[in-house]
Amino acid sequence: MYMKTKKRIDTIFTEIALIIISLIVFAPLLLAITISFQTPDSVFSYPPKLFPTTFYYNNYINAFKAIPFARLLLNSAIIAVAITFGKVISGILAGYAFANFKFFGKKFTFSFLFATLFLPAETIMIVPLFLIMNKLGWVNTYWALTIPFMASATNAFLFRQHFQTFPSELEDAAKIDGAGPMKFFVKVLLPLSRSMIAGVVIINFVYSWNMYLWPMIVSMEDKMKTVQVGVKMLISGEGTNNWGVIMAGTLIAVLPTVIVFLSLQNLFVKSLVRSGVKG
Amino acid sequence: MSFFRENKFGTKTIYVGLDNFEKVLFDTEYLQIAGFTLLYVGLSVLITIFLAFLLALLLNKNVPGTYIYRALIFIPYAVSPAIAGSLWTFLLDPVAGHVNYFFTNIFGTQIAWLTTRPYAFYALLFATVWKMIPFSLIFYIAGLQSISNDLLESATLDGANAFTKTWKIKFPLVSPITFYLVIMNIINAMFKSFAIIDVMTKGGPGGYTSTMMYKVYLDAFSYQKTGPASAQSVVMFIIMAIVTVVYFVYGERRVHYR
Repeated sequence: MYMKTKKRIDTIFTEIALIIISLIVFAPLLLAITISFQTPDSVFSYPPKLFPTTFYYNNYINAFKAIPFARLLLNSAIIAVAITFGKVISGILAGYAFANFKFFGKKFTFSFLFATLFLPAETIMIVPLFLIMNKLGWVNTYWALTIPFMASATNAFLFRQHFQTFPSELEDAAKIDGAGPMKFFVKVLLPLSRSMIAGVVIINFVYSWNMYLWPMIVSMEDKMKTVQVGVKMLISGEGTNNWGVIMAGTLIAVLPTVIVFLSLQNLFVKSLVRSGVKG
Repeated sequence: MSFFRENKFGTKTIYVGLDNFEKVLFDTEYLQIAGFTLLYVGLSVLITIFLAFLLALLLNKNVPGTYIYRALIFIPYAVSPAIAGSLWTFLLDPVAGHVNYFFTNIFGTQIAWLTTRPYAFYALLFATVWKMIPFSLIFYIAGLQSISNDLLESATLDGANAFTKTWKIKFPLVSPITFYLVIMNIINAMFKSFAIIDVMTKGGPGGYTSTMMYKVYLDAFSYQKTGPASAQSVVMFIIMAIVTVVYFVYGERRVHYR
Protein backbone atom coordinates (compact mmCIF):
# COMPACT_ATOMS: atom_id res chain seq x y z
CA MET A 1 0.00 0.00 0.00
CA TYR A 2 2.77 2.40 0.99
CA MET A 3 4.65 1.71 -2.24
CA LYS A 4 1.53 2.35 -4.25
CA THR A 5 0.86 5.84 -2.81
CA LYS A 6 4.50 6.70 -3.16
CA LYS A 7 4.37 5.73 -6.78
CA ARG A 8 1.22 7.76 -7.33
CA ILE A 9 2.80 10.88 -5.80
CA ASP A 10 5.82 10.33 -8.01
CA THR A 11 3.58 10.11 -11.08
CA ILE A 12 1.76 13.32 -10.19
CA PHE A 13 5.00 15.21 -9.67
CA THR A 14 6.41 13.93 -12.95
CA GLU A 15 3.21 14.90 -14.70
CA ILE A 16 3.30 18.46 -13.35
CA ALA A 17 7.00 18.84 -14.11
CA LEU A 18 6.52 17.62 -17.67
CA ILE A 19 3.58 19.94 -18.29
CA ILE A 20 5.61 22.95 -17.13
CA ILE A 21 8.73 21.94 -19.06
CA SER A 22 6.93 21.22 -22.31
CA LEU A 23 5.15 24.56 -22.04
CA ILE A 24 8.47 26.35 -21.52
CA VAL A 25 10.08 24.53 -24.43
CA PHE A 26 7.12 25.20 -26.69
CA ALA A 27 6.67 28.79 -25.50
CA PRO A 28 8.87 30.50 -28.13
CA LEU A 29 6.79 29.07 -30.95
CA LEU A 30 3.48 29.66 -29.17
CA LEU A 31 4.32 33.29 -28.42
CA ALA A 32 5.50 33.74 -32.01
CA ILE A 33 2.10 32.50 -33.22
CA THR A 34 0.38 34.89 -30.80
CA ILE A 35 2.31 37.93 -31.92
CA SER A 36 2.02 37.07 -35.61
CA PHE A 37 -1.77 37.53 -35.40
CA GLN A 38 -1.66 40.85 -33.59
CA THR A 39 -2.14 44.27 -35.10
CA PRO A 40 0.99 46.47 -35.15
CA ASP A 41 -0.49 48.66 -32.37
CA SER A 42 -1.15 45.80 -29.98
CA VAL A 43 2.28 44.21 -30.38
CA PHE A 44 3.52 46.35 -27.54
CA SER A 45 0.43 45.86 -25.39
CA TYR A 46 1.21 45.59 -21.72
CA PRO A 47 1.19 42.98 -20.29
CA PRO A 48 2.14 41.02 -23.41
CA LYS A 49 -0.46 38.47 -24.50
CA LEU A 50 0.16 34.76 -24.14
CA PHE A 51 -2.43 33.47 -26.56
CA PRO A 52 -3.74 34.88 -29.83
CA THR A 53 -6.85 36.99 -29.20
CA THR A 54 -7.13 38.61 -32.60
CA PHE A 55 -6.86 37.12 -36.05
CA TYR A 56 -4.94 39.77 -37.93
CA TYR A 57 -3.48 37.85 -40.85
CA ASN A 58 -2.14 40.94 -42.63
CA ASN A 59 1.24 40.29 -41.01
CA TYR A 60 1.61 37.23 -43.22
CA ILE A 61 0.72 39.20 -46.33
CA ASN A 62 3.15 41.94 -45.34
CA ALA A 63 5.93 39.43 -44.83
CA PHE A 64 5.52 38.42 -48.46
CA LYS A 65 5.63 42.08 -49.48
CA ALA A 66 8.69 43.00 -47.40
CA ILE A 67 10.95 40.38 -49.01
CA PRO A 68 10.44 38.10 -52.04
CA PHE A 69 9.26 35.34 -49.74
CA ALA A 70 7.58 33.18 -52.39
CA ARG A 71 10.81 33.04 -54.36
CA LEU A 72 12.81 32.23 -51.21
CA LEU A 73 10.44 29.40 -50.33
CA LEU A 74 10.78 28.02 -53.84
CA ASN A 75 14.58 28.24 -53.59
CA SER A 76 14.62 26.46 -50.25
CA ALA A 77 12.35 23.75 -51.60
CA ILE A 78 14.44 23.20 -54.75
CA ILE A 79 17.67 23.11 -52.76
CA ALA A 80 16.34 20.85 -50.01
CA VAL A 81 14.83 18.36 -52.44
CA ALA A 82 17.88 18.29 -54.71
CA ILE A 83 20.36 17.86 -51.87
CA THR A 84 18.26 15.20 -50.16
CA PHE A 85 17.90 13.29 -53.41
CA GLY A 86 21.61 13.46 -54.26
CA LYS A 87 22.76 12.68 -50.74
CA VAL A 88 20.54 9.66 -50.31
CA ILE A 89 21.32 8.18 -53.74
CA SER A 90 25.07 8.66 -53.40
CA GLY A 91 24.92 7.35 -49.84
CA ILE A 92 23.04 4.21 -50.84
CA LEU A 93 25.36 3.46 -53.76
CA ALA A 94 28.54 4.08 -51.78
CA GLY A 95 27.19 2.12 -48.84
CA TYR A 96 26.34 -0.82 -51.09
CA ALA A 97 29.79 -0.71 -52.67
CA PHE A 98 31.53 -0.72 -49.30
CA ALA A 99 29.32 -3.41 -47.85
CA ASN A 100 29.09 -5.95 -50.67
CA PHE A 101 32.08 -5.61 -52.97
CA LYS A 102 35.82 -6.04 -52.81
CA PHE A 103 37.75 -3.48 -54.80
CA PHE A 104 41.20 -1.95 -55.01
CA GLY A 105 41.80 0.68 -52.34
CA LYS A 106 38.65 -0.16 -50.39
CA LYS A 107 40.36 -0.09 -47.02
CA PHE A 108 42.05 3.21 -47.76
CA THR A 109 38.96 4.95 -49.12
CA PHE A 110 36.84 3.67 -46.27
CA SER A 111 39.18 4.87 -43.56
CA PHE A 112 39.29 8.20 -45.35
CA LEU A 113 35.51 8.33 -45.26
CA PHE A 114 35.52 7.31 -41.62
CA ALA A 115 37.93 10.07 -40.67
CA THR A 116 35.78 12.78 -42.22
CA LEU A 117 32.64 11.52 -40.47
CA PHE A 118 32.76 14.14 -37.76
CA LEU A 119 34.22 17.01 -39.74
CA PRO A 120 31.62 19.50 -40.85
CA ALA A 121 33.45 19.98 -44.13
CA GLU A 122 31.34 22.76 -45.58
CA THR A 123 32.11 25.04 -42.66
CA ILE A 124 35.78 24.22 -42.15
CA MET A 125 36.60 24.50 -45.84
CA ILE A 126 34.29 27.40 -46.45
CA VAL A 127 36.95 29.78 -47.80
CA PRO A 128 38.50 27.49 -50.45
CA LEU A 129 35.06 26.12 -51.34
CA PHE A 130 33.82 29.62 -52.00
CA LEU A 131 36.84 30.42 -54.17
CA ILE A 132 36.25 27.27 -56.20
CA MET A 133 32.62 28.24 -56.73
CA ASN A 134 33.78 31.70 -57.74
CA LYS A 135 36.24 30.29 -60.30
CA LEU A 136 33.56 28.04 -61.75
CA GLY A 137 31.21 31.01 -62.02
CA TRP A 138 28.67 29.19 -59.88
CA VAL A 139 28.09 31.96 -57.35
CA ASN A 140 24.41 32.94 -57.30
CA THR A 141 23.34 29.71 -58.97
CA TYR A 142 21.63 26.57 -57.74
CA TRP A 143 24.82 24.66 -58.58
CA ALA A 144 26.78 26.28 -55.78
CA LEU A 145 23.86 25.79 -53.40
CA THR A 146 23.48 22.08 -54.03
CA ILE A 147 26.49 20.34 -55.64
CA PRO A 148 28.91 20.65 -52.67
CA PHE A 149 26.44 18.75 -50.48
CA MET A 150 25.58 15.91 -52.81
CA ALA A 151 27.97 13.42 -51.23
CA SER A 152 27.85 12.65 -47.56
CA ALA A 153 30.17 10.47 -45.49
CA THR A 154 27.48 10.05 -42.87
CA ASN A 155 24.99 8.61 -45.33
CA ALA A 156 27.54 6.29 -46.95
CA PHE A 157 28.58 5.03 -43.54
CA LEU A 158 24.99 4.60 -42.40
CA PHE A 159 23.96 2.58 -45.41
CA ARG A 160 27.10 0.46 -45.26
CA GLN A 161 26.28 -0.48 -41.67
CA HIS A 162 22.71 -1.16 -42.70
CA PHE A 163 23.52 -3.33 -45.70
CA GLN A 164 25.99 -5.34 -43.64
CA THR A 165 23.21 -6.48 -41.34
CA PHE A 166 21.74 -8.57 -44.16
CA PRO A 167 23.13 -12.13 -44.09
CA SER A 168 25.31 -13.13 -47.04
CA GLU A 169 23.01 -16.15 -47.53
CA LEU A 170 20.49 -13.71 -48.91
CA GLU A 171 22.82 -12.73 -51.72
CA ASP A 172 23.82 -16.33 -52.35
CA ALA A 173 20.19 -17.34 -52.64
CA ALA A 174 19.60 -14.54 -55.12
CA LYS A 175 22.65 -15.65 -57.08
CA ILE A 176 21.31 -19.20 -57.32
CA ASP A 177 18.02 -17.79 -58.59
CA GLY A 178 20.01 -16.08 -61.31
CA ALA A 179 20.06 -12.52 -60.00
CA GLY A 180 23.25 -10.53 -60.49
CA PRO A 181 24.47 -7.99 -57.93
CA MET A 182 22.54 -5.14 -59.58
CA LYS A 183 19.29 -7.06 -59.69
CA PHE A 184 19.78 -8.25 -56.11
CA PHE A 185 20.36 -4.64 -55.06
CA VAL A 186 17.29 -3.25 -56.80
CA LYS A 187 14.85 -6.12 -56.21
CA VAL A 188 15.91 -7.33 -52.76
CA LEU A 189 18.02 -4.86 -50.78
CA LEU A 190 16.21 -1.63 -51.62
CA PRO A 191 12.69 -2.88 -50.84
CA LEU A 192 13.96 -4.33 -47.56
CA SER A 193 15.52 -0.97 -46.63
CA ARG A 194 12.42 1.13 -47.17
CA SER A 195 12.00 2.44 -43.63
CA MET A 196 15.71 3.12 -43.33
CA ILE A 197 15.72 5.15 -46.53
CA ALA A 198 12.62 7.08 -45.49
CA GLY A 199 14.23 8.00 -42.18
CA VAL A 200 17.42 9.21 -43.81
CA VAL A 201 15.41 11.21 -46.33
CA ILE A 202 13.64 13.10 -43.56
CA ILE A 203 16.83 13.81 -41.62
CA ASN A 204 18.55 15.10 -44.75
CA PHE A 205 15.55 17.19 -45.73
CA VAL A 206 15.47 18.96 -42.36
CA TYR A 207 19.24 19.44 -42.51
CA SER A 208 19.27 21.01 -45.95
CA TRP A 209 16.18 23.15 -45.39
CA ASN A 210 17.87 24.55 -42.28
CA MET A 211 21.27 25.38 -43.81
CA TYR A 212 22.32 28.95 -43.21
CA LEU A 213 25.94 30.02 -43.58
CA TRP A 214 26.70 28.58 -47.01
CA PRO A 215 23.49 29.78 -48.73
CA MET A 216 24.06 33.21 -47.25
CA ILE A 217 27.56 33.41 -48.71
CA VAL A 218 27.01 32.04 -52.21
CA SER A 219 23.72 33.80 -52.90
CA MET A 220 24.30 37.51 -53.01
CA GLU A 221 21.28 38.32 -55.14
CA ASP A 222 17.99 38.36 -53.28
CA LYS A 223 16.34 36.05 -55.77
CA MET A 224 18.77 33.21 -54.98
CA LYS A 225 18.49 33.37 -51.19
CA THR A 226 16.77 30.82 -48.96
CA VAL A 227 14.10 31.34 -46.31
CA GLN A 228 16.64 30.96 -43.49
CA VAL A 229 18.50 33.99 -44.80
CA GLY A 230 15.14 35.62 -45.44
CA VAL A 231 14.36 35.56 -41.73
CA LYS A 232 17.48 37.59 -41.07
CA MET A 233 16.56 39.97 -43.91
CA LEU A 234 13.20 40.51 -42.21
CA ILE A 235 14.78 41.27 -38.84
CA SER A 236 17.26 43.79 -40.20
CA GLY A 237 14.79 45.21 -42.73
CA GLU A 238 11.75 45.66 -40.53
CA GLY A 239 13.61 47.09 -37.58
CA THR A 240 12.61 46.08 -34.09
CA ASN A 241 9.11 47.51 -34.20
CA ASN A 242 7.33 45.18 -36.52
CA TRP A 243 7.51 41.93 -34.59
CA GLY A 244 4.20 40.75 -36.03
CA VAL A 245 5.59 40.63 -39.54
CA ILE A 246 8.96 39.20 -38.48
CA MET A 247 7.37 36.39 -36.50
CA ALA A 248 4.92 35.67 -39.34
CA GLY A 249 7.90 35.21 -41.67
CA THR A 250 9.73 33.11 -39.12
CA LEU A 251 6.73 30.82 -38.73
CA ILE A 252 6.37 30.37 -42.49
CA ALA A 253 10.05 29.40 -42.67
CA VAL A 254 9.78 26.87 -39.87
CA LEU A 255 6.47 25.32 -40.90
CA PRO A 256 7.71 22.73 -43.46
CA THR A 257 10.26 21.13 -41.15
CA VAL A 258 7.95 21.13 -38.13
CA ILE A 259 5.15 19.51 -40.14
CA VAL A 260 7.48 16.85 -41.55
CA PHE A 261 8.93 16.28 -38.10
CA LEU A 262 5.63 16.00 -36.23
CA SER A 263 3.93 13.77 -38.77
CA LEU A 264 6.81 11.34 -39.07
CA GLN A 265 8.25 11.66 -35.58
CA ASN A 266 8.58 7.98 -34.76
CA LEU A 267 10.39 7.14 -37.96
CA PHE A 268 12.56 10.19 -37.46
CA VAL A 269 13.58 9.33 -33.91
CA LYS A 270 14.29 5.71 -34.79
CA SER A 271 16.57 6.59 -37.71
CA LEU A 272 18.38 9.28 -35.78
CA VAL A 273 19.19 6.92 -32.93
CA ARG A 274 20.25 4.22 -35.35
CA SER A 275 22.55 6.66 -37.11
CA GLY A 276 24.29 7.55 -33.86
CA VAL A 277 24.38 4.38 -31.82
CA LYS A 278 25.71 2.23 -34.61
CA GLY A 279 27.99 4.87 -36.09
CA MET B 1 45.98 29.23 -48.97
CA SER B 2 46.85 29.90 -45.36
CA PHE B 3 50.47 30.33 -46.50
CA PHE B 4 49.75 33.14 -48.94
CA ARG B 5 48.78 36.75 -48.90
CA GLU B 6 46.52 38.16 -51.55
CA ASN B 7 45.96 41.75 -52.56
CA LYS B 8 42.53 43.34 -52.49
CA PHE B 9 41.38 42.22 -55.90
CA GLY B 10 42.86 38.76 -55.83
CA THR B 11 45.16 39.47 -58.74
CA LYS B 12 48.45 38.97 -56.96
CA THR B 13 49.39 36.26 -54.53
CA ILE B 14 52.64 35.99 -52.61
CA TYR B 15 53.97 33.25 -50.43
CA VAL B 16 54.32 34.39 -46.82
CA GLY B 17 55.09 31.12 -45.06
CA LEU B 18 53.75 30.87 -41.55
CA ASP B 19 53.10 34.59 -41.37
CA ASN B 20 49.33 34.21 -41.33
CA PHE B 21 49.45 31.70 -38.50
CA GLU B 22 51.73 33.95 -36.54
CA LYS B 23 49.33 36.84 -36.98
CA VAL B 24 46.43 34.72 -35.84
CA LEU B 25 47.99 32.90 -32.91
CA PHE B 26 49.73 35.91 -31.38
CA ASP B 27 46.81 38.24 -31.81
CA THR B 28 45.23 39.11 -28.45
CA GLU B 29 41.88 39.68 -30.12
CA TYR B 30 41.94 36.20 -31.59
CA LEU B 31 42.96 34.64 -28.28
CA GLN B 32 40.09 36.46 -26.64
CA ILE B 33 37.72 35.05 -29.24
CA ALA B 34 39.14 31.57 -28.73
CA GLY B 35 38.55 31.96 -24.99
CA PHE B 36 34.97 33.05 -25.55
CA THR B 37 34.42 30.10 -27.91
CA LEU B 38 35.72 27.71 -25.28
CA LEU B 39 33.43 29.18 -22.63
CA TYR B 40 30.41 29.25 -24.92
CA VAL B 41 30.89 25.74 -26.32
CA GLY B 42 31.80 24.26 -22.94
CA LEU B 43 28.90 25.77 -21.04
CA SER B 44 26.27 25.13 -23.69
CA VAL B 45 27.36 21.50 -24.09
CA LEU B 46 27.44 20.89 -20.32
CA ILE B 47 24.04 22.47 -19.69
CA THR B 48 22.50 20.71 -22.68
CA ILE B 49 23.74 17.27 -21.66
CA PHE B 50 22.73 17.70 -18.03
CA LEU B 51 19.22 18.97 -18.79
CA ALA B 52 18.71 16.40 -21.54
CA PHE B 53 19.60 13.54 -19.17
CA LEU B 54 17.24 14.79 -16.45
CA LEU B 55 14.45 15.28 -18.99
CA ALA B 56 15.02 11.80 -20.39
CA LEU B 57 14.58 10.37 -16.88
CA LEU B 58 11.24 12.15 -16.58
CA LEU B 59 10.06 11.14 -20.03
CA ASN B 60 11.05 7.54 -19.42
CA LYS B 61 8.62 7.14 -16.53
CA ASN B 62 5.86 6.79 -19.10
CA VAL B 63 3.27 8.77 -17.20
CA PRO B 64 0.01 9.38 -19.11
CA GLY B 65 0.45 11.97 -21.84
CA THR B 66 4.16 11.29 -22.36
CA TYR B 67 3.55 11.07 -26.09
CA ILE B 68 2.33 14.68 -26.21
CA TYR B 69 5.08 16.02 -23.95
CA ARG B 70 7.67 14.28 -26.04
CA ALA B 71 6.30 15.73 -29.27
CA LEU B 72 6.36 19.25 -27.82
CA ILE B 73 9.83 18.97 -26.32
CA PHE B 74 11.31 17.44 -29.49
CA ILE B 75 10.11 20.30 -31.72
CA PRO B 76 13.21 22.54 -31.46
CA TYR B 77 15.10 19.80 -33.30
CA ALA B 78 13.20 20.70 -36.47
CA VAL B 79 13.73 24.42 -35.90
CA SER B 80 16.81 25.78 -37.63
CA PRO B 81 19.48 27.71 -35.69
CA ALA B 82 18.61 30.86 -37.64
CA ILE B 83 14.97 30.60 -36.65
CA ALA B 84 15.85 29.75 -33.06
CA GLY B 85 17.84 32.98 -33.08
CA SER B 86 14.91 34.91 -34.51
CA LEU B 87 12.45 33.53 -31.96
CA TRP B 88 14.70 34.33 -29.04
CA THR B 89 15.52 37.77 -30.38
CA PHE B 90 11.81 38.48 -30.14
CA LEU B 91 11.35 36.90 -26.69
CA LEU B 92 14.27 38.89 -25.30
CA ASP B 93 13.24 42.17 -26.92
CA PRO B 94 13.42 44.85 -24.22
CA VAL B 95 9.96 46.23 -25.02
CA ALA B 96 7.80 43.62 -26.72
CA GLY B 97 9.45 40.44 -25.45
CA HIS B 98 7.84 38.23 -22.85
CA VAL B 99 11.03 37.36 -21.02
CA ASN B 100 11.60 40.96 -20.11
CA TYR B 101 8.02 41.31 -18.93
CA PHE B 102 8.50 38.51 -16.41
CA PHE B 103 11.96 39.73 -15.56
CA THR B 104 10.74 43.23 -14.83
CA ASN B 105 7.97 41.91 -12.61
CA ILE B 106 10.22 39.60 -10.60
CA PHE B 107 13.48 41.52 -10.37
CA GLY B 108 12.30 45.00 -11.18
CA THR B 109 14.98 45.65 -13.79
CA GLN B 110 14.77 45.87 -17.54
CA ILE B 111 17.66 44.36 -19.46
CA ALA B 112 18.79 44.98 -23.01
CA TRP B 113 19.69 41.32 -23.43
CA LEU B 114 21.32 41.37 -26.82
CA THR B 115 23.34 44.56 -26.61
CA THR B 116 24.96 44.51 -23.16
CA ARG B 117 27.56 42.32 -21.52
CA PRO B 118 27.32 39.74 -20.12
CA TYR B 119 23.63 39.35 -20.97
CA ALA B 120 24.28 38.86 -24.68
CA PHE B 121 26.22 35.74 -23.71
CA TYR B 122 23.33 34.43 -21.57
CA ALA B 123 20.91 35.15 -24.40
CA LEU B 124 23.00 33.04 -26.79
CA LEU B 125 23.17 30.26 -24.22
CA PHE B 126 19.36 30.20 -23.88
CA ALA B 127 18.83 29.89 -27.60
CA THR B 128 21.66 27.38 -28.12
CA VAL B 129 20.62 25.08 -25.30
CA TRP B 130 16.96 25.29 -26.32
CA LYS B 131 17.92 24.28 -29.84
CA MET B 132 20.37 21.52 -28.84
CA ILE B 133 18.44 19.70 -26.09
CA PRO B 134 16.11 17.57 -28.26
CA PHE B 135 18.95 15.88 -30.14
CA SER B 136 20.60 14.69 -26.92
CA LEU B 137 17.24 13.91 -25.37
CA ILE B 138 16.30 11.53 -28.18
CA PHE B 139 19.50 9.56 -27.63
CA TYR B 140 19.19 9.47 -23.86
CA ILE B 141 15.61 8.20 -24.02
CA ALA B 142 16.71 5.37 -26.31
CA GLY B 143 19.68 4.63 -24.07
CA LEU B 144 17.67 4.55 -20.86
CA GLN B 145 15.08 2.27 -22.43
CA SER B 146 17.75 -0.30 -23.15
CA ILE B 147 18.76 -0.60 -19.48
CA SER B 148 17.30 -3.86 -18.20
CA ASN B 149 14.69 -3.70 -15.47
CA ASP B 150 16.23 -6.68 -13.64
CA LEU B 151 19.29 -4.63 -12.94
CA LEU B 152 17.31 -1.78 -11.42
CA GLU B 153 15.13 -4.17 -9.41
CA SER B 154 18.09 -5.95 -7.91
CA ALA B 155 19.54 -2.55 -7.02
CA THR B 156 16.31 -1.69 -5.24
CA LEU B 157 16.48 -4.96 -3.30
CA ASP B 158 20.02 -4.06 -2.29
CA GLY B 159 18.63 -0.86 -0.81
CA ALA B 160 19.63 1.68 -3.45
CA ASN B 161 17.51 4.83 -3.43
CA ALA B 162 16.40 6.77 -6.47
CA PHE B 163 19.41 9.08 -6.35
CA THR B 164 21.95 6.24 -6.25
CA LYS B 165 20.10 4.38 -8.97
CA THR B 166 20.21 7.41 -11.20
CA TRP B 167 23.80 8.49 -10.77
CA LYS B 168 25.52 5.22 -9.87
CA ILE B 169 23.74 2.90 -12.29
CA LYS B 170 21.83 4.68 -15.04
CA PHE B 171 24.29 7.47 -15.74
CA PRO B 172 27.39 5.22 -16.00
CA LEU B 173 25.46 2.77 -18.18
CA VAL B 174 24.68 5.45 -20.75
CA SER B 175 28.19 6.90 -20.63
CA PRO B 176 29.00 5.80 -24.22
CA ILE B 177 25.99 7.82 -25.36
CA THR B 178 27.09 10.75 -23.24
CA PHE B 179 30.48 10.64 -24.88
CA TYR B 180 29.00 10.54 -28.37
CA LEU B 181 26.68 13.42 -27.48
CA VAL B 182 29.50 15.54 -26.08
CA ILE B 183 31.33 15.25 -29.40
CA MET B 184 28.26 15.94 -31.52
CA ASN B 185 27.23 18.89 -29.37
CA ILE B 186 30.72 20.37 -29.50
CA ILE B 187 30.52 20.27 -33.30
CA ASN B 188 27.05 21.80 -33.24
CA ALA B 189 27.98 24.56 -30.84
CA MET B 190 31.16 25.38 -32.72
CA PHE B 191 29.77 25.45 -36.24
CA LYS B 192 25.98 25.31 -36.51
CA SER B 193 25.43 27.93 -33.81
CA PHE B 194 26.91 30.43 -36.24
CA ALA B 195 23.38 31.19 -37.40
CA ILE B 196 22.15 31.84 -33.85
CA ILE B 197 24.96 34.32 -33.26
CA ASP B 198 24.56 35.98 -36.65
CA VAL B 199 20.85 36.53 -36.15
CA MET B 200 20.88 37.47 -32.46
CA THR B 201 24.00 39.50 -31.71
CA LYS B 202 26.11 39.64 -34.91
CA GLY B 203 29.05 38.91 -32.66
CA GLY B 204 28.47 42.06 -30.63
CA PRO B 205 28.41 44.10 -28.52
CA GLY B 206 31.85 45.14 -29.68
CA GLY B 207 32.93 41.66 -30.73
CA TYR B 208 32.09 40.28 -27.29
CA THR B 209 30.11 37.29 -28.58
CA SER B 210 32.20 36.47 -31.67
CA THR B 211 33.17 32.82 -31.88
CA MET B 212 36.01 31.38 -33.94
CA MET B 213 33.61 30.45 -36.71
CA TYR B 214 32.13 33.95 -36.73
CA LYS B 215 35.60 35.43 -37.00
CA VAL B 216 36.40 33.23 -40.01
CA TYR B 217 33.23 34.46 -41.65
CA LEU B 218 33.97 38.12 -40.92
CA ASP B 219 37.58 37.97 -42.06
CA ALA B 220 36.88 36.00 -45.20
CA PHE B 221 33.67 37.57 -46.44
CA SER B 222 33.44 41.02 -44.86
CA TYR B 223 37.09 42.11 -44.76
CA GLN B 224 38.36 39.97 -47.68
CA LYS B 225 41.33 38.72 -45.66
CA THR B 226 41.40 35.22 -47.10
CA GLY B 227 44.89 34.41 -45.80
CA PRO B 228 44.21 34.90 -42.08
CA ALA B 229 40.74 33.39 -42.49
CA SER B 230 42.27 30.25 -44.00
CA ALA B 231 44.80 30.07 -41.20
CA GLN B 232 41.94 30.24 -38.71
CA SER B 233 40.13 27.47 -40.58
CA VAL B 234 43.24 25.34 -40.27
CA VAL B 235 43.35 26.02 -36.52
CA MET B 236 39.73 24.91 -36.21
CA PHE B 237 40.42 21.90 -38.38
CA ILE B 238 43.24 20.86 -36.04
CA ILE B 239 40.97 21.22 -33.02
CA MET B 240 38.30 19.09 -34.66
CA ALA B 241 40.88 16.52 -35.78
CA ILE B 242 42.03 16.17 -32.17
CA VAL B 243 38.44 15.76 -31.01
CA THR B 244 37.84 13.09 -33.66
CA VAL B 245 40.98 11.18 -32.77
CA VAL B 246 40.07 11.26 -29.08
CA TYR B 247 36.66 9.91 -29.99
CA PHE B 248 37.99 7.00 -31.99
CA VAL B 249 40.70 6.10 -29.50
CA TYR B 250 38.10 6.02 -26.75
CA GLY B 251 35.64 4.16 -28.97
CA GLU B 252 38.24 1.47 -29.76
CA ARG B 253 38.94 0.93 -26.10
CA ARG B 254 35.26 0.57 -25.37
CA VAL B 255 34.93 -2.17 -27.97
CA HIS B 256 37.88 -4.05 -26.48
CA TYR B 257 36.55 -4.05 -22.97
CA ARG B 258 33.15 -5.35 -23.94
